Amino acid sequence: MKAIWSIIFKDVVVELRNKETLSAMIMFAILILVIFSFAFESSGVDKNAIAPGCLWVAFSFAAILGLNRSLAKELDNECLQGLLLAPLSRGELYIAKVAGNFIFMLVAELVILPLFVVINNLKFDLQLLKVTGIGFLGMLAIASVGTILSVLSSATRMKEVMQPVLQIPLTIPVVICAVEATAGLLIPDYGENSSWLSILAGFTIVYLAVSYLLFEFAVED
Amino acid sequence: MSATFALRAEDVRKTFGHFTALAGVTLDVKRGEFLTLFGRNGAGKTTFLKIAATLMRATHGKLWIEGIDIREQPEETRRHIGFLSHNTYLYRDLNPVENLRFFAQLYGVSNAEERIRSLLDRVGLKRRASDPVRAFSRGLHQRVGIARVMLHEPSLILLDEPYTGLDANAAETLTTMLQENVAAGRTVILTTHDLEQGLRSATRAAIIDRGKIVFAAPGNDPTVREAYDQFIRVGLTR
Repeated sequence: MKAIWSIIFKDVVVELRNKETLSAMIMFAILILVIFSFAFESSGVDKNAIAPGCLWVAFSFAAILGLNRSLAKELDNECLQGLLLAPLSRGELYIAKVAGNFIFMLVAELVILPLFVVINNLKFDLQLLKVTGIGFLGMLAIASVGTILSVLSSATRMKEVMQPVLQIPLTIPVVICAVEATAGLLIPDYGENSSWLSILAGFTIVYLAVSYLLFEFAVED
Repeated sequence: MSATFALRAEDVRKTFGHFTALAGVTLDVKRGEFLTLFGRNGAGKTTFLKIAATLMRATHGKLWIEGIDIREQPEETRRHIGFLSHNTYLYRDLNPVENLRFFAQLYGVSNAEERIRSLLDRVGLKRRASDPVRAFSRGLHQRVGIARVMLHEPSLILLDEPYTGLDANAAETLTTMLQENVAAGRTVILTTHDLEQGLRSATRAAIIDRGKIVFAAPGNDPTVREAYDQFIRVGLTR
């Protein structure tokens, strides 16, 4: 357990030093929200109806960028090999890396959400807290599958391209559930969202468990 | 499995698709031995060390480190191993102390701060202990890498071309540190192309060629040079 905390702490310290991952994620997500906002401004589309989708597109792409950056730090100087040499199981290493990536995604989410509220003229109320909760769950699912995919894609020639190519199809169910659950909160009379939340939680557990079991094979040279 | 051997390899093979990197390595290394493994580029030296360090899985065969089957207890095996390759596995945004502190935590090193100070002093980096590693030259990187390998006092030290990039002073320090470790009963396996450097401390020398151990003899045996000429110098033109 101590080793897991050490890896998480190291990831946070390295990020605080270079600020590469978080700044890239946040800037990219803001750009997506702004572009969507302008794109639908004059079309007469109800912005509230598309807001949940826009939010999750921003979250998903920011997460992909963050996972890419996070792995790049471990590939620099082959630091990942240094971690693999340490006396901890591949499962523990996976948990540590997922936790590190998840923390960065949460921080990004906490910065992006208020901007999303402002851009879409929403209210800062209890519903927003619930959206934050859905965000936490969705981000955990994305981090769990994204961490193993980033390691797998690192073994390919076009790793920056392979990460989204592998991750987007696999996280579509997560994004659909998260968008539906978010829409249930933000759009009046949209309908009940608890079943979508249950499915989202189910996907998160399955992704975490499967990725935990497969990580050993993913890191094999 | 007898614990008098620091490493036992039994018909270890590794293939990458159609390419055979190791064609069946069988090797025993006793505790306290300093084995230098010579070989041409692509002979299988690095692959063998990576398998021994549990970074790679053998396609076939068995390998024990300190009597432990590396497949059955990889985590326990890794506690006994210190591995240095061409890359030092250091985080460029952290300074040497932070890097070593991180690895000390991973290995559960007690009295870590004292050990880090003493190792950095030993490799001549005490005055640059607070500079980020990104500002270091290749040689300085390698010095911190050496400190990282020695940090948890491994009983088996695996070194893949460790002298690359080191100046004469640092190379001398590394040689002395390795000799001290062998004197303390630890085992060293080093790979190199450089015959003179490799034989300086070796108690045994072996040559790996096309994925097989083709020669092994005591380090001071005159046949080592002949075998080196036969398999490596001539091998270059083969």
